[in-house]
Amino acid sequence: MTTQTEQVSPQNSSPAERLLFGGLGVGLILLSLRQGGQSGILLGTGGALLISGAALGRSVGSAVTRVQRTEDDNIIVQRAVTIGKPVDEIYTFWRNFENLPHFMSHLESVRVQDGDGRRSHWVAKAPLGTSVEWDAEITEDEPGRRIAWRSLEGATVPNEGHVDFRPAPGNRGTELHVSITYRPPGGTLGAVVARILGEEPGEQVGDDLRRLKRRLEVGQEPTTEGQPSGRKGAMKAEAKMYDNRRTT
Amino acid sequence: MKAVVWNGINRVSVERVPDPELLQPTDAIVRVTATAICGSDLHLLDGYVPSMVHGDILGHEFMGEVVEVGPEVRRVKVGDRVVVPFPIACGKCWYCEHGLTSLCDNSNPNPKLAEALWGYSPAGLYGYSHITGGYAGGQAQFARTVYADENLYKVPEGLTDEQVLFLTDIFPTGYMAAENCNIHPGDVVAVFGCGPVGQFAIRSAFLLGAERVIAIDRFPERLDLARQAGAETLNYETDPVFERLKEMTGGRGPDSVMDAVGLEAHAGGPGGLADAVKQTTRVLESDRPHAFRAAIMACRKGGTVSVPGVYGGLADKIPLGAFVNKGLTMKTGQTHVHRYLDRLTGHIQRGEIDPSVIITHRLSIDEAPHGYQIFKHKHEGCIKCVLDPWADPEDHEPVGTK
Repeated sequence: MTTQTEQVSPQNSSPAERLLFGGLGVGLILLSLRQGGQSGILLGTGGALLISGAALGRSVGSAVTRVQRTEDDNIIVQRAVTIGKPVDEIYTFWRNFENLPHFMSHLESVRVQDGDGRRSHWVAKAPLGTSVEWDAEITEDEPGRRIAWRSLEGATVPNEGHVDFRPAPGNRGTELHVSITYRPPGGTLGAVVARILGEEPGEQVGDDLRRLKRRLEVGQEPTTEGQPSGRKGAMKAEAKMYDNRRTT
Repeated sequence: MKAVVWNGINRVSVERVPDPELLQPTDAIVRVTATAICGSDLHLLDGYVPSMVHGDILGHEFMGEVVEVGPEVRRVKVGDRVVVPFPIACGKCWYCEHGLTSLCDNSNPNPKLAEALWGYSPAGLYGYSHITGGYAGGQAQFARTVYADENLYKVPEGLTDEQVLFLTDIFPTGYMAAENCNIHPGDVVAVFGCGPVGQFAIRSAFLLGAERVIAIDRFPERLDLARQAGAETLNYETDPVFERLKEMTGGRGPDSVMDAVGLEAHAGGPGGLADAVKQTTRVLESDRPHAFRAAIMACRKGGTVSVPGVYGGLADKIPLGAFVNKGLTMKTGQTHVHRYLDRLTGHIQRGEIDPSVIITHRLSIDEAPHGYQIFKHKHEGCIKCVLDPWADPEDHEPVGTK
């Protein structure tokens, strides 16, 4: 079996980003020279870090948020999960793209368009309550092994992805290896902003795959939403902080 | 209903909270008839398990009567008398299918916290912080139980609550700890800690064929109870434990050693003090691994260290050199309760063990805060508190009687 591996660039900053962070770094150092004392040292160190990041092409933002980029400056997300079900069952479920919104939380809908089901129309939720739409086509379809797709001309967020289905050793079911590449509006900065807004794609795909596993293995997601507690006032917000990290 | 609620470090209270409801078709509601305070609840009380939130309902050792079932529950019926294993099994994932239910892939609704701290998420647990799912616990009059068909264990006729309550956690925990010792005929087993889990570990070691068990603690009532089970005892405040263990085993050392103490071990000396200071920061070191260190040092060459004690995060100064150069094996884990239930119920039915012997206190749920205090500080000879969620505190038996 051949596996396609994406070229991941060691330089993960876009030129614009390098300029921005480099500029910020210079600014911080200038500020530190005026301030002096402990806070000056802190500012200067921060500035030096930003400049070195910009010079090396490894953005501080990307390093902190762990955004990976391909050589041609796209964001790439790769995640894998093992699901205790046979390859064919999972392949069939995925091949019907209209099933994807059942476990991909950022998708509003996928409509398969023509007879052979190779073209589809996707609607996804975007940050701040907006949505984006695009058409996609299946580029590879090997039953029980691999499905690949790509957005068509005119997509706001050009993207492509593939999922490989491999039998897991020792009768553990199926390994799903998912790879999605896309170019977010605003480049890495856009991705960093999206992450700050809680929409970071890598985590999202990880959550989606976990949801798929739970759906196929158990038939439902576990939940504690609505159970009793002795929480009052501010404590509700504290609990919510943990609840926001759940996968549902 | 009444429930025991965590309200911050060293603050538990009994409060009126809403009754639980079925949230999913595979849920069941249990009317709790008996519940207990576990040693690991003390780690929550003391605030050493992160991600507790004010208002969380405590309790993971509970049993009762099923009063309501969801539409997809098939095996369990209203009226069934059940014990509830503290780890939650989905029953469908690879781990559940292989009897490793405390490692269930699917029952933790909040797995990302656990993955951040431990790499992968174990099962959801009742009443045990949001890392393990944030499920409301069973120190309450009613409890919502999930995946009822996979988890609720029907109690055979003729057994009392007190005989079977500890099947939820500490009996299987002590048993798994002994099983993890890989006991062979003639083996000598040492057990650090004679609290409830230690007591079951001692008894289980004998059930599994240990020749001798040496039990280590500092409280006379616990050492007495260990001796009643046939163990030889050491008081670590007056005996030099390492030297005595060596001497008692003809210089070889115990074949296996259990750490039934966990992350709040008491120890004198500069090492114990350093642990205590670091742990109070809750950042520098989350666990006080004194008993664990002692277990590694005391174990014979090529022996097994079994760790039923709870650890949460990071611990310092583990004698890794001793561990490697003596060729030790370590086995640990939250208990896969489900796989021991039939076997241990059999031992109880045949009269080979009476789990209720460790109960020293029977309290009403309103007295739970007092129960936490005496259990934590080992006052009034407290070894194990059982709470009755429905007792009227006014006409309840006086504290501490049998």
